[in-house]
Amino acid sequence: MSTDSNAETGTDAESTAETDVESGTDADAEPAVPEPDISSHQQRRMDEKREGMAERDAEAAAAAEADGETTHLRIFRYDPEVEGKSEPRFDDFQVPYEQGMTVLDALIYARDHYDSTLTFRHSCQQGVCGSDALFVNGSQYLGCKTQLNEFDEPVRIEPLPHQDVVKDLVVDMQHFYEQMDAVEPYFEPDELPEDELEEQRQTRENREKIKLSTRCIQCGACASSCNVAAGDNKYLGPAALNKAYRFIMDEREGDERREERLEIVEDEHGVWRCQTQFSCTEVCPKDIPLTEHIQELKREAIKEDIKFW
Amino acid sequence: MYEHDVIVVGAGGAGLRAAIAAKEEGADVALVTKLHPVRSHTGAAEGGINAALQDEDSWQDHAYDTMKGSDFLGDAPAIETLASDAPEDVIQLDHWGMPFSREEDGTVSQRPFGGLSYPRTTYAGAETGHHLLHTMYEQVVKRGIEVYEEWYVTDLAVTDDDDPEDRTCHGVAAYDIKTGEVEGFRAQDAVILATGGLGQVFDHTTNAVANTGDGQAMAYRAGVPLEDMEFVQFHPTSLPSTGVLISEAVRGEGGILYNDDGERFMFEYGYANNEGELASRDVVSRAELTEVNEGRGIDDEYIHLDMRHLGEERIMDRLENMVHLAADFEGVDALEEPIPVKPGQHYQMGGIETNENGETCIEGLYAAGECACVSVHGANRLGGNALPELFVFGKRAGYHAAGRDMKTAEIPVGPSARTETSDVSPAVDPGTVEGASDDVAADGGVTADPTAVVEREVETERERIEGLLERDGTNHAEVRAEVQETMTEHVNVFRTEDGLETALEELQKARRSYQDVAVEDPSRTFNTDLIHTLETRNIIDLAETIALGALARTEFRGAHWRAEHQTRKDDEWLKHTMIAWDDGDLDLYFVPVILDGENKSYEPVDRSY
Repeated sequence: MSTDSNAETGTDAESTAETDVESGTDADAEPAVPEPDISSHQQRRMDEKREGMAERDAEAAAAAEADGETTHLRIFRYDPEVEGKSEPRFDDFQVPYEQGMTVLDALIYARDHYDSTLTFRHSCQQGVCGSDALFVNGSQYLGCKTQLNEFDEPVRIEPLPHQDVVKDLVVDMQHFYEQMDAVEPYFEPDELPEDELEEQRQTRENREKIKLSTRCIQCGACASSCNVAAGDNKYLGPAALNKAYRFIMDEREGDERREERLEIVEDEHGVWRCQTQFSCTEVCPKDIPLTEHIQELKREAIKEDIKFW
Repeated sequence: MYEHDVIVVGAGGAGLRAAIAAKEEGADVALVTKLHPVRSHTGAAEGGINAALQDEDSWQDHAYDTMKGSDFLGDAPAIETLASDAPEDVIQLDHWGMPFSREEDGTVSQRPFGGLSYPRTTYAGAETGHHLLHTMYEQVVKRGIEVYEEWYVTDLAVTDDDDPEDRTCHGVAAYDIKTGEVEGFRAQDAVILATGGLGQVFDHTTNAVANTGDGQAMAYRAGVPLEDMEFVQFHPTSLPSTGVLISEAVRGEGGILYNDDGERFMFEYGYANNEGELASRDVVSRAELTEVNEGRGIDDEYIHLDMRHLGEERIMDRLENMVHLAADFEGVDALEEPIPVKPGQHYQMGGIETNENGETCIEGLYAAGECACVSVHGANRLGGNALPELFVFGKRAGYHAAGRDMKTAEIPVGPSARTETSDVSPAVDPGTVEGASDDVAADGGVTADPTAVVEREVETERERIEGLLERDGTNHAEVRAEVQETMTEHVNVFRTEDGLETALEELQKARRSYQDVAVEDPSRTFNTDLIHTLETRNIIDLAETIALGALARTEFRGAHWRAEHQTRKDDEWLKHTMIAWDDGDLDLYFVPVILDGENKSYEPVDRSY
């Protein structure tokens, strides 16, 4: 939906001139903007579609008005190859509010009723798949488990800062995944019971020790909130360090492996970079005490008396 | 074109396990998934994994419980494979570091679950699936298995021999969501479908938005029969507003269901005098809806699940996640008040017909996990049996696809296993509509060159996608919503002949509407409008098979309840419903259920709890 058609439909659209710089999507995340490649045919088709959409928007808006309460969303839009969207902008939507509505519910409503080109990742809708971490009114949230009425209007919904924007609210997660892989995130015990039907025992205390760290859903909210990660692209970041914590604290792995793992995390772009600002801990949708885990890893590194930079 | 020995489509529990197994067997294997692996819906499984680990338990008891739970529509060779392989495979997970809940002595804990004669459900808190998914993904990373993430497989590349049993699958066509390119994936040895559930066929479901039954629909169009599609599990405890699942573990630990009069209705009204809340899921779901229909529901919609009497300590130790879910998604403090719940679509028992080794009737095409039907679950799946199915049959399919020498399967696959053809004749003719341009499983000239088969499929898919992008028309979301509403209204927990006929008519209309859908977003970058439009076609195909199977089966068995047929009819219906698409001409036939196991025969008994 273009901001123009939005205005025509009377959905209280304001064409905002804000760019990603103001929006908290900092220079790091500023999308590289290639030339739009739109054929004249495509352009004509888009114009036609826009007209059709305007009618539907008007109907939906009338329905929303009849029902009463609506919530004003202001959503970041960007598509590198579509004219009118290749410069980042914000679109406004009025979504009928229902008790219990989440940020994700509102996005889905806006997409299915006003603009099917509105793009965001989502899947489980119950806070376990980690697809829909978003930047809402200036902080990171998981869209599906965040109530819409927690926010002042207009509710500004933006992609996660510090990551390249692919389109609208979708960011490139590649760097995040690479950092997860950098800590060798897989279990490697020294020895296993000989009987293939015998489990490797673990005390309840030890399971409790790693329990919170294993709840990570890799949504990327933590890394996006971290000032250090914003300034140091090589910093492993809270999620990967938490994954390392999960294995370093697991009593079932051997001493040697533990030492190797500690070496990885106390690399110059590892735990010592953390400035204990607690921003990651504050935004974690699974309430993992990330900063504490990183602090604990620092203590373990010292205890192991391994040299550090 | 990309080339690998084994291509696994979908990277949830079954896909990851299949990939690991194929890799262990020496194959060059790749995972192709429309999500990132850790986003898969296996991660939402809560309760646990059934496996006979204790000395006083036995896999034979697990098999019997499963057969009884299936209402004697599971195949004994599949069920016995599940039960006998599960213990070793669970311990394998433990050896991969899965953070199971533990006993004082450090061994893994097990708890009671509905329909089980022994507390054999192994678990990791109430987030077992999350840990299973992440643990297996870690092993995939460790092995350096290639993952094509955010690639949407749109169709299979299969030869076009007349008889599906003569066809061979040589790969898939897939759409790169980030760039909009359609590419071919050539599989030297095999394609394994592990695409999960189809909950999006219904409008109140515990499934993810991504669960659109892509694998079932692709296999169906390629000529593989879909088996027992009428058997859909409705979970008795989903949150009314969102469909978010409240685990059966709450009842396993002692949670109680109450109606609006504060009656413990499972006992008070005799729905399950022995097992009460822990009766099988279909029994509890029907009981709940009966309470609501008879005016004893709360707000005429739901009933209450109360766990407050368990005490905060036990709840926080074993069910903490449930407290969070109730708070975040329903605004209820489960430590202080009961949780509102109602039945929601949860699991598809039926699916792609396979045998114990994951093979379908098409050479080189395998399926495992929820998208497949071996059949382990028959007419009703027991809680705690889906996760072991993922890794037991995912592993077997992976090994077999990569060429491991395995015992020949006992379950026959393909239309040649037919013993009887259905005479059901719905008022409308499902399968296709006049002028359908979107096609046949295998078209073009016969070719024996595998690469050419893949290339042709890629060309077909490119054209289909271009067509959707170029033309004008209605948005798929309207069509999808109509299908979902139709299914929830007419093909739900309670089914009538009239309702099913109406559903088929409505689905025919949806199929017609789909002829006019178009994608509004012209972008090649992350075009979710396009992806959802392609998915909606799969949803229509599968909705029809569910409604048609339900119309054909004139009895009451497991999850399938028919108003006009209130008994289980063993004389007539100890058989699987098979629906083959055959280029738009639906072929509905039956194959007998296999009740003879390795050393015993399972005699159907009354499934009372």
